[in-house]
Amino acid sequence: MYRPHVLVCCGTGCTSSGSAKVIETLEAEIAKAGLSEEIKVTRTDCFGLCTVGPNMIVYPEGCFYSKVNVDDIPEIVAEHLLKGRPVKRLLYKKPVEKDTITCLDHTDFFRKQKRVALRNCGIINPESIEEYIAMDGYEALGKCLTEYTPDQVIQTILDSGLRGRGGAGFPTGMKWRFAAGNRGQVQKYVCCNADEGDPGAFMDRSVLEGDPHCVLEAMAIAGYAIGATQGYIYIRAEYPIAVKRLEIAIEQAREYGLLGKNIFGTDFCFDIELRLGAGAFVCGEETALMTSFEGKRGEPRPRPPFPASKGLFQQPTILNNVETYANIPQIILKGPQWFASMGTEKSKGTKVFALGGKIHNTGLVEIPMGTTLREIVEEIGGGVPNGKKFKAAQTGGPSGGCISAENMDVPIDYDNLIAIGTMMGSGGMIIMDEDNCMVDIAKFFLQFTVDESCGKCTPCRVGTRRLLEMLEKITAGNGTLEDLNKMEELCYYIKNNSLCGLGQTAPNPVLSTLRYFRDEYIAHVVDKTCPAGVCKGLLHFYILPDKCRGCTACARICPVSAISGKVKEAHVIDQTKCIKCGSCIEKCKFGAIITK
Amino acid sequence: MKSLEELRAIKAATLNKIGICNDDADAVKVLVGMATCGIAAGARPILNAFTEEIEKRHLKNVAVSQTGCIGICQYEPIVEVYVGKEEKVTYVKMTAEKVARIVNDHIVNGNVVTEYTIGAATINK
Repeated sequence: MYRPHVLVCCGTGCTSSGSAKVIETLEAEIAKAGLSEEIKVTRTDCFGLCTVGPNMIVYPEGCFYSKVNVDDIPEIVAEHLLKGRPVKRLLYKKPVEKDTITCLDHTDFFRKQKRVALRNCGIINPESIEEYIAMDGYEALGKCLTEYTPDQVIQTILDSGLRGRGGAGFPTGMKWRFAAGNRGQVQKYVCCNADEGDPGAFMDRSVLEGDPHCVLEAMAIAGYAIGATQGYIYIRAEYPIAVKRLEIAIEQAREYGLLGKNIFGTDFCFDIELRLGAGAFVCGEETALMTSFEGKRGEPRPRPPFPASKGLFQQPTILNNVETYANIPQIILKGPQWFASMGTEKSKGTKVFALGGKIHNTGLVEIPMGTTLREIVEEIGGGVPNGKKFKAAQTGGPSGGCISAENMDVPIDYDNLIAIGTMMGSGGMIIMDEDNCMVDIAKFFLQFTVDESCGKCTPCRVGTRRLLEMLEKITAGNGTLEDLNKMEELCYYIKNNSLCGLGQTAPNPVLSTLRYFRDEYIAHVVDKTCPAGVCKGLLHFYILPDKCRGCTACARICPVSAISGKVKEAHVIDQTKCIKCGSCIEKCKFGAIITK
Repeated sequence: MKSLEELRAIKAATLNKIGICNDDADAVKVLVGMATCGIAAGARPILNAFTEEIEKRHLKNVAVSQTGCIGICQYEPIVEVYVGKEEKVTYVKMTAEKVARIVNDHIVNGNVVTEYTIGAATINK
């Protein structure tokens, strides 16, 4: 049984560059080291890289030595064959291709990013608490417990200017301060909102899957700041990997005494439990989340009282989003000034966006506040594919609106986005090109809110449905200009009268598309066409007589027998029967069927 | 956890272990992106292929580990290879077939397989 195998090339090329001498020396050195029984030297034929001969490969590793010199042999035997350490300097080096990027950090996608909340994502093993600790994990908690008073912790968060990353942008430090009274006298709770439900958003999931401990650490810091001993994470059950990694993380933190009693030898005790959401979008709203948490039907309730005074089980509670928590340990470690140095005047730090839709680089990006949409789309995102033109970016999911091309240079922060009629939201960013119909987009998001409305208050339950019906009327080609005005009126009514954030923001996709893309609505209503060719109700299918060969394929596939014509003669579509399913277009081999 | 000193001792001990930040120029760390996006794109067979290939070649200085979302979900499965203090290399759209070549060319012989890296994908175009 041989341990390593050494293959030396004895092809014509290597022989002429001296491989015979190499083998001779090699065998002598192996014998000298007393390894003849263990190492097999094999003479092989050409490897194909004759220019760099003599060549030699050592298995099992597969190390490829080139231009092997007789003088190098003793080193290879002593280091590699005896001690198992390949002699790196003698390994074959492929010529380095110029201008090739091999590292993610040098791509345009990555260069403009600044990773604070995502600092450990994609770097550490999320199932190892030691690796988190190695990246300064739990150091911030230790610092808070041993060096800061709870009020100092709150002041630090206030000074940093951190605002809630769940969408509304309420200052986190203020939230904590409101809940900070009567420490130690009343039961309080620290909650984490991980019920990420916006279509197209996955920032929170990525943080929980990639760096679960940072959320636990931040929650413990929050617990210390307000005087709570119990934390809860409300996470949607549709995130099984995040749930599993959180469970592992909580278990490890308890084992290490970073959750539990007398953390860091102080009086501070804190523990965290998980609660799984059952998939209702409205449970991302804070009062609905807490109601669901208490085991009741997930419906919102009016505020005040705010959770900071009466939250979970009627006790003072703070509820922050996953990404908000992910920023906290860094703020403690690097100081509030460091955090406040990033971003714009009223929006500090960075924001994670889930970039998707018609864009080259789909993925997760973290950028300083104040970056423009143009930088995100053109530089980080790599532009719109297939040479299409950028039309709009949808932010904030079903609660948000569109940023149109004319606003591409507006620095993105909480207040600027509100001013242009959308919102930061949790961070979904869907890029749309000229092939997207904005009326259809508004309809899509409204369909979502209609499905997800909990039904407690009438403006949201009935209002959003009526709004959807109007949009359906328009996309079917039956809308009137009066409908547009009625829709706007209804939008404001729903916004002003709904009980919770879901209803108050549900009309935003409609309002924002009406504001920036009214011409598209008018095209649907007046000209009865869909400029992007999306709304099927407004499309008509025609057969071009000069291209049609009369093969009858379309007539045979048509599910409603709307196509007639004789073999080898041009066919015709009966518009009254056509259901616009598009089967005929797929079937036609001659490109004879068009829509207009 | 009784004190910050205890925490820092764990930190120092982990930093010395293979991978994150040690001084051993031969230490190799292979990180496979295993968030939902990576797993959905097929990261598990990639992780297994690395483990098998490294086992087969009796490589002692290589650690294979999972990690969270690397960020460019479009190019999953993604693998990042760290060799000693050298700059990491990002391999995208990994397949089990690519693994053997990366282990042989890059990890064993120190030649980055440029055509599998992020720069060869369309990310910068």
